[in-house]
Amino acid sequence: MAVAEKTSTMAPVTSRSDRLRSLALSKEMGITGLFVVLCLFIAWYSKGIFFNGDNLRDQANLIGMFGIFSIGAGIVIITSGIDLTVGSMIALLGILLSFMITVWHWPWPVAVLAVLAIGGVLGLIHGLLITRVRLQPFVVTLCGLLIYRGAARFVSQDNTMGFGDATGLTSLVNLATGNFHGIPNTFILMIVIAVIAGIFLHRSVWGRYLYAIGKNEEAARYSGINTRWIITGAYIIAAVLTATSAILFAFYTNSISPSSHGNFYELYGIAAAVLGGCSLRGGEGSIFGIIIGTAVLQLLHNLVNLVTIFGHSIPTSLEFAIMGAVILIGVTADQLLRKRPRKA
Amino acid sequence: MSDTSPPLLEMNGISKRFPGVVALQDVSFSIGRGEILGLIGENGAGKSTLMKILGGVHAPDEGHILVDGKEVSIRSVNDSINLGIAFIHQELNVLDNLDVAGNVYLGREPLKGGPLKLIDRAAIHRQTGQYLNRLGLNVASDTPLANLSLAQQQMVEIAKALSLDARLIIMDEPTSSLTLTETERLLVVTRELRGQGVSIIYISHRLVEVERIADRVVVLRDGRRVGELAKDEIRHEKMISLMVGRDLERSYSAPSDRAISPGLSIKGVRTLRYPAHEVSLDVNKGEILGLAGLVGAGRSELAKAVFGADERLAGTILWQGEALRIRSPRDAIQQGIFLVPEDRRATGLITDMLIRENVTLPALSRYAVGGLIQPGKEMEVAMEACRRLSVKAASTEVVAATLSGGNQQKVVLAKWLSLGPKALIFDEPTRGIDVGAKAEIYNLMKGLADEGVAILMISSDMEEVLGVSDRVAVMHEGKVTGVLPREQCTEEAVMRLAVGRSAA
Repeated sequence: MAVAEKTSTMAPVTSRSDRLRSLALSKEMGITGLFVVLCLFIAWYSKGIFFNGDNLRDQANLIGMFGIFSIGAGIVIITSGIDLTVGSMIALLGILLSFMITVWHWPWPVAVLAVLAIGGVLGLIHGLLITRVRLQPFVVTLCGLLIYRGAARFVSQDNTMGFGDATGLTSLVNLATGNFHGIPNTFILMIVIAVIAGIFLHRSVWGRYLYAIGKNEEAARYSGINTRWIITGAYIIAAVLTATSAILFAFYTNSISPSSHGNFYELYGIAAAVLGGCSLRGGEGSIFGIIIGTAVLQLLHNLVNLVTIFGHSIPTSLEFAIMGAVILIGVTADQLLRKRPRKA
Repeated sequence: MSDTSPPLLEMNGISKRFPGVVALQDVSFSIGRGEILGLIGENGAGKSTLMKILGGVHAPDEGHILVDGKEVSIRSVNDSINLGIAFIHQELNVLDNLDVAGNVYLGREPLKGGPLKLIDRAAIHRQTGQYLNRLGLNVASDTPLANLSLAQQQMVEIAKALSLDARLIIMDEPTSSLTLTETERLLVVTRELRGQGVSIIYISHRLVEVERIADRVVVLRDGRRVGELAKDEIRHEKMISLMVGRDLERSYSAPSDRAISPGLSIKGVRTLRYPAHEVSLDVNKGEILGLAGLVGAGRSELAKAVFGADERLAGTILWQGEALRIRSPRDAIQQGIFLVPEDRRATGLITDMLIRENVTLPALSRYAVGGLIQPGKEMEVAMEACRRLSVKAASTEVVAATLSGGNQQKVVLAKWLSLGPKALIFDEPTRGIDVGAKAEIYNLMKGLADEGVAILMISSDMEEVLGVSDRVAVMHEGKVTGVLPREQCTEEAVMRLAVGRSAA
């Protein structure tokens, strides 16, 4: 079996059946299966409401907005970090966007760029605290979660903010809430970002570095990777994607209540990533999985609203319990069923 | 040993296989009551696997274990403890936030106060005191472990073994971190324990100690038992010839007469481990400079500082007289200075990634266009590197964790060789690697030296240091105590420097 003796034994491709088997066993396939089953289940028990155009559009819109920041959450998780600031940042940036447009009367393109830039700077700060001061990601972003929520409430004096009668916003509002041939713009934007992120993560040098760092940061450093900047970069990307979602959510709700806007969204992001195959230990996961994970969470939400079984609707109070149970069952099944095919 | 009762412990026909490696093949030995059995063999000969089987860490694939003539199965660490087997490991297993007594009785503290489960402090201190007396360790049982020297902490471990009523104590390289006086003290204690009827398996690379203390010696090589020496046969040369065998002898070849010119210079480097001492060394082009010393002499720290992985408090790194700016491994790699680190799994490789991904990681952007990896090119580089080093694997698309130690080390080397090294630092290059792969790695090092690469080889394996190096530098407690030209390299000379005495 020595490679030196026979070049052909060093064949790059594994056999087709091996590939099919590993594809079938992959986390992405499992979650996609769950997604399809859920769609059929809801369609059946919602008596057609699910496939109604309005409902589908609404779901796609929500998947778009949640998906964008979930991609960021996933990228951070792949480095074996975590970002808990998402929800608070969405509130703070939404409030700031409202101020920029309705109080300071900034032109919307400037306001949008400013929000994205603030997001980027916050991500940079998270990254520097984690890589230079060597604080734990959980601690840094937990403090961020508290600080940004407090800042949002302070800046707005706890008043709910919106865009009310602001002028010159039509094009932005159309961009954020409109649709293209029936497909919500948010969904299209999410797909575009997902494709770019997918190429970045799965095809580029930096993506490989992210996985390497997630699997073994020390060994990555010993291989000459500038681990500090790559990790910092992941937090910047996550924060900018969160800022993007923040803008979309601001226009979606058009009423930003500083104490509740975006509450728990960081957990949706983390849940989507985990459901989609990311491991909190780092080094695992894919963009496709994260998107499907987001969609499954959104469907569960939809399920609670639409499904009636034997004449009984599901109490909305059970929504979180159902989500938790599905995630738990999903990761347990994955752990039990998947015999990691480590050997070639 | 003329009594007819069965020996304390017998291991018969033990075999153990790991993926890709036969760690033990039909190994048998026995040990009587109150006997000190020396167990020797090179790194990777199977000593630790054999002992892990005794300790309940691994289960043997074949073979029987008999205690007092009765067959036992040791399925867990607890089984082993219950049979009266205790381990004193190379790395101590103590908690330095507890005091001596707390360590000795950790997890089985005598209790009082019924349901309150209070620790009976008086009892544990009284009993610990007795064990400390028995070992001649002159410290109070309430001394915090952190205040004790390594040797004293080791005694605490032995006290713990005694408190567990251990009948067999396995000492794995017990003196590797001890000073000479501490070593003497340990040997005395070991003999006293023998006098008290305790049996001891003494594993050491320090053959001088084995010669002095063992009643009998069993030698392992390549997972097989290759010989046993009775008390009057225990001689240094005999042990070495059994340990090394003929195969290995051939793998060491005399160093060639290479033209040497200045290469890597380390000037006045101070590391975090020994901030008070400056280290300077010159590694010429085309030379293998061995760096010997005891564990903890500061050699790995020096290597990491040169490679930029650890902070350098002072000093410069030069290549052919020109100072290099090295502040991270990235800088070092860009200058062609590479480290093959001591701990392959922690820092040498990303074991969960594929061979291909590991090999191409340090220079990934070379195989990319516009930041996007070109799979064909990457694959080609990885396959070529693996072929050159004859990595034994089904393909480059195999997770590195599944490879044997020797093949993992070749993958680490493959990373660097495709980048054209100027200087290579090997830290314990063949630790835990089988003999065949060892020979390949030595040949590779020689080949690289012939091509003009400057090689610094840190090794604690004396045979390796003496067999491979063109010159040998020796460190002791953060200082270089001497550099020996090849003609003066003897085990004794290196050892003297390693323990801090002058070469003369």
